[in-house]
Amino acid sequence: MIAIDVDNVTRIYQKYSARHRFKTFKSALVKGDLFKAMRADELVTALDKVNFKVEEGTTFGVIGENGSGKSTLLKIITGITKPTSGKVAVRGKVSALIELGAGFHPEISGRENVYINGIMLGLSKKEIDRKFDEIVRFAQLEEFIDAPIKTYSSGMYMRLGFSIAINVNPDILLVDEVLAVGDASFVPKCLDRIDDFRRRKKTILFVSHDLTTVEKVCDRVLWLKEGKIQMIADPKRAIDSYLQDIAEKQEEDFEIRQKEVEQEVEEEKEVESKDRREARWGKREVKITKVRMTSLRGEEKHVFSPDEAMAIEMEVEAKARIKDFVFGIGIFNSQGVRCYGTNTHNENFEPQSIEGRGKVICRIERLNLINGTYYLDVATHKRDGYPYDYHRNLYTFMVSSLYKDVGIARAEHTWSFSPSIQMKPPTPRSE
Amino acid sequence: MLHLFNNLKKLYKYRALIQNLVSRELKARYRGTVLGFLWSFFNPLLLMIVYTLVFGFIIQPRDPVFERNPLIYALFLFCGVLPWTWFSSSSLESANVLMVQGNLIKKILFPVEVLPIVVVTSNFIHFVFGLPILFFFALIILKKFTVFMFFLPLVILVQFVFSLGFTLLVSSLTVHFRDIKDILANLLTFWFFASPIIYPITFSTIRENRWLQILLNLNPMTHIMQGYQNCVFFGEMIRWKKLGVTFLVSLILFFIGYSIFDRLRDSFPEEV
Repeated sequence: MIAIDVDNVTRIYQKYSARHRFKTFKSALVKGDLFKAMRADELVTALDKVNFKVEEGTTFGVIGENGSGKSTLLKIITGITKPTSGKVAVRGKVSALIELGAGFHPEISGRENVYINGIMLGLSKKEIDRKFDEIVRFAQLEEFIDAPIKTYSSGMYMRLGFSIAINVNPDILLVDEVLAVGDASFVPKCLDRIDDFRRRKKTILFVSHDLTTVEKVCDRVLWLKEGKIQMIADPKRAIDSYLQDIAEKQEEDFEIRQKEVEQEVEEEKEVESKDRREARWGKREVKITKVRMTSLRGEEKHVFSPDEAMAIEMEVEAKARIKDFVFGIGIFNSQGVRCYGTNTHNENFEPQSIEGRGKVICRIERLNLINGTYYLDVATHKRDGYPYDYHRNLYTFMVSSLYKDVGIARAEHTWSFSPSIQMKPPTPRSE
Repeated sequence: MLHLFNNLKKLYKYRALIQNLVSRELKARYRGTVLGFLWSFFNPLLLMIVYTLVFGFIIQPRDPVFERNPLIYALFLFCGVLPWTWFSSSSLESANVLMVQGNLIKKILFPVEVLPIVVVTSNFIHFVFGLPILFFFALIILKKFTVFMFFLPLVILVQFVFSLGFTLLVSSLTVHFRDIKDILANLLTFWFFASPIIYPITFSTIRENRWLQILLNLNPMTHIMQGYQNCVFFGEMIRWKKLGVTFLVSLILFFIGYSIFDRLRDSFPEEV
């Protein structure tokens, strides 16, 4: 049985400019062709021929970047917005957790708001009477239910909104990013409720940026990109491709940045400004002409996974023969904390001589860093620290991982459990 | 047409929502004030005192109907000002209501016409609260009750339909043309003076000028106001024909307003 059938849906938003409005008003007054005059002067396609079906009793995830059309899709399924073309068929009662507590009136009590909100969501007064205690209990607001809503904290507000919406007892539940704002104790409760829904074989459409949750709860995942369906697949595949796509996009951004730096390095510009963390100094006796971050296969790269290897490649040039030289690298995170730093001198390499052009490669077998943006220092200097060419934070790269570990670096580790502890291992990811 | 009837049928299912929103509106309006609901009585009372002072004592009423008695004139004024306040505050509020409740329209699926209907209805309740004051003063000043008061509900019905039509029109158009809000405020001031509220339609200047008479008769509010004045002040039968035509006009306005509202409905979630 199909619960939601989205058939070739396109949604085009119209944008009106102020001048256009004035013209519209004028022609509406003068010619009386109000509807003809109200055409927009700019069109934005939020959804483009979107086509999919959701089986009854499944949990269907929707992922995509901001502005990819996820919210529009939900609004079309709830019926708040009409598709420009195409059809949507929904079987059963829909309840949307789109914005919790939309329509709460701050001046009146929680009790009265429960009734109004419940009626708006499609409950009858009797049904609310029956469910009222359950709603209040789930929201943990027994003591405050008769106080005006404006005295509620944002958490209380959200809990009440969620509690009403979930108690509408729909056949289809639409969840849009609402769990992002809950406190640590309420979110698991909400997820429990959603799980409960799943067990009762109700249909859920789950929109979220929290990919871990999406992977955990969804049976199928749709990936939207710029209003078009990019992929409908099992969660892991869809999420992996989505992440891949994001990484490629970031990669492009980093490449642009890299190009700028290369330009600066080439032009021997003194990169020095107070508000930027980047800098370059030294007399260039041993000059660093180019720096590349690559994978082990030698492809230039800026977005790495923590399990990946990274090679830092420096092209250097010494005008005259020099006997005292050290190559060094340093990795800083976005807070400016040095995550790692080393140089050839610390590791007891003995410099003999350098002249002309050359290449230095520092190979890191496993990055073992956590999620985030990192800055790279490279330098050539004398053993006593006198700098030849110091590039401070000129290069950026990013570590993107699904792990949610915290700290500065990722310590390599394994877990083991005695047989009395039952633990299901994580499903291995395909990279 | 059929489409609109279906809409109306659907609206009937949402009556509990309308009821709840109206009571919310009423509760919220005076929440935190010391006098609370009493303001529904005081507001028209104070307004009446101001009018009495200005038009009764300073600009003395010339028309023989008032017997040179400021209190009688004040009663006459009150007959018109009370329902007019209902109409004008409904209109002004409805010009804003879709924008103010934009969050609801964007997030929850419900027939949006509920909102202007709630505006008219909650203002109607305020109007009803003012009625006992009107009756009380009518009893004191005229020293009698007229049986014609029983026709008052008919007049109220006509105004209700007229107000609904007007607010549906105004609320939906304002979403696209925000200027209407300002235009409306001025229009209402003009309209107030263009209706026989502070002067009786039988005023000598009007009786002598055919054009003024025609213009006044074209204004639906004239007949509605006259209805109130006939029922309460003059103690006369309502003018069936004129009020009947006004009712028809109100119905037509309602359907025009509702059709336009319906046609613009889909644009509300993005435009408010």
